[in-house]
Amino acid sequence: MLNIARKELQSMFASPMGWIILAVIAAMFGNYFANGVTDYLDVASGAIRPAERFGITQSVSQSVYGSASFIMLFAVPLLSMRLIAEERRSQTLPFLFSSPLSITDIVVGKFLGLMIFLSSLILYIGLMLSTLNLWSDIDFGYIIANTLGLLLLTGSFCALGIYFSSLTSQPIIAGILSFIVSFILMILGRFFANDPTNVAGQFSFSTHFQSFANGLLDTADLAFFILFIITFLTLTIRRLDADRLRG
Amino acid sequence: MANLTVEAIELTRLYGGRAAVSDVTFTLQQGQVLGFLGPNGAGKSTTMKMLTGNLAPSAGSVKICGIDMIESPKEAKALIGYLPEMRPLYKEFTVDEYLTIAARLHNVSSKHIKKAVEHAKERCGLTHMSKRLIENLSNGYQQRVGIAQAIIHNPMVVILDEPTVGLDPIQIRDIRALIKEIGQAHSVIVSTHILPEVEMVCDHVQIIDKGKLVFNGGIDVLKQQRIGNKLLVGLRQSPDVAQLAAIEGVAEVEAADGLWRIRFHEGSQPHEAIVQAAVKNGWGLYHIAPDQTSLEDVFVQLTYHDSATSSDLPKAA
Repeated sequence: MLNIARKELQSMFASPMGWIILAVIAAMFGNYFANGVTDYLDVASGAIRPAERFGITQSVSQSVYGSASFIMLFAVPLLSMRLIAEERRSQTLPFLFSSPLSITDIVVGKFLGLMIFLSSLILYIGLMLSTLNLWSDIDFGYIIANTLGLLLLTGSFCALGIYFSSLTSQPIIAGILSFIVSFILMILGRFFANDPTNVAGQFSFSTHFQSFANGLLDTADLAFFILFIITFLTLTIRRLDADRLRG
Repeated sequence: MANLTVEAIELTRLYGGRAAVSDVTFTLQQGQVLGFLGPNGAGKSTTMKMLTGNLAPSAGSVKICGIDMIESPKEAKALIGYLPEMRPLYKEFTVDEYLTIAARLHNVSSKHIKKAVEHAKERCGLTHMSKRLIENLSNGYQQRVGIAQAIIHNPMVVILDEPTVGLDPIQIRDIRALIKEIGQAHSVIVSTHILPEVEMVCDHVQIIDKGKLVFNGGIDVLKQQRIGNKLLVGLRQSPDVAQLAAIEGVAEVEAADGLWRIRFHEGSQPHEAIVQAAVKNGWGLYHIAPDQTSLEDVFVQLTYHDSATSSDLPKAA
């Protein structure tokens, strides 16, 4: 399993693509971070009445994490689309199938590989925000909750991406499909915002991400993301298993 | 029985009701090289996919060194090295990187990976290509990487689907030597279209047609079938058929393109008698040679008139 994850990481960094994506995304976050700090300084200089001020952690992090979830929405389909579709196209799946690995190992390994790659970014954001602690007293709990939320959200995008990647041998199609579905799931919450009882609204990523974004660890939301990931990884395993059974 | 490395028991594979492979049963012992022959679409690759666990059989079972492929696939797969028809190469890696990944996936312990990679490269003649990207290698070298990948973990059974496709004659010779070498310690299954290759490399042959095994036996049986007990004789002054047939040991005489094809009884050696008769009667003998049916002919006979010929063939285990 770990060997597969290692292979995926290696192949992501085999071309400049991996480094470029990392660099571009890191630059974006850096930009949001810098803007956040500047905005805060504006606030602190008295543009807003003291009663309405909130802490620096929240003020800066909110914009960074809010944008991070949307950047991931674009980045994950780009990275996940090739995971299985590419192997299908270049006929390398038999190489994995005939090695002593179960299909679960292969799928979870690929998922882990991608997650390790993206976690480095998420941890990087956390570290970047923690640097605020050098000249102020920040709320680490808020950062941890956001990091965890973002990890789970990204994990859900990845699981969805891997599933769509297993359906086709065209990476582009997998990428577009997983982007569309992730996007719908992200904005679903907006449509049903004034109808909290609606079931469809419950499937929205943004609603479930909201509590993490507020620095809250809600087990219901935690469970939602974990179940979502498990469901789509299982579907992927089933899909690949069907390949073996149906040929 | 010596060590059985592969046991295929009544393997059947249905594609939407049509049987691509039906009731294929065979065994392979340690130290044997099995050649797998058959026309296009006969089910060679399908059988190989089932043997390696890439495809689940609709019925029947596969055992590798006694381990059932369906019950404990991980253990069984660890004993196999497989080169599919389409080379499964990750072209963005260098030869070294790719082989290291292959070794790792096949549970070669991290201490031995370097040695295993070196050894596999050496055996396949890839040592000077270590740092090259697989994408930039020629077809033949890519094929070698494919073979190196299949033997890197020193598996008990090596299954190669058309390993010599796209290689130049010298490489083909090297690869054949390599297959023979692997075949001494382990078992090898090779599928191919090139018939003389089978004769050179394998000591066991299976011919499959329309999903059914039509021939399964030692290479010598096939060779015997090929050489047979026939002579081609050329005579300037052709005598009567009866005169030729009267020579001791001759069973049957027929004319063939200006020559005579003389079939003789098993065990008899009428060559000398024919020459003597020719000299005595002044027939003007100018050609006498064993009449070889080409391997292609045997193959065609077996695959196109399978019901008629396979019963004629001596069944060898």
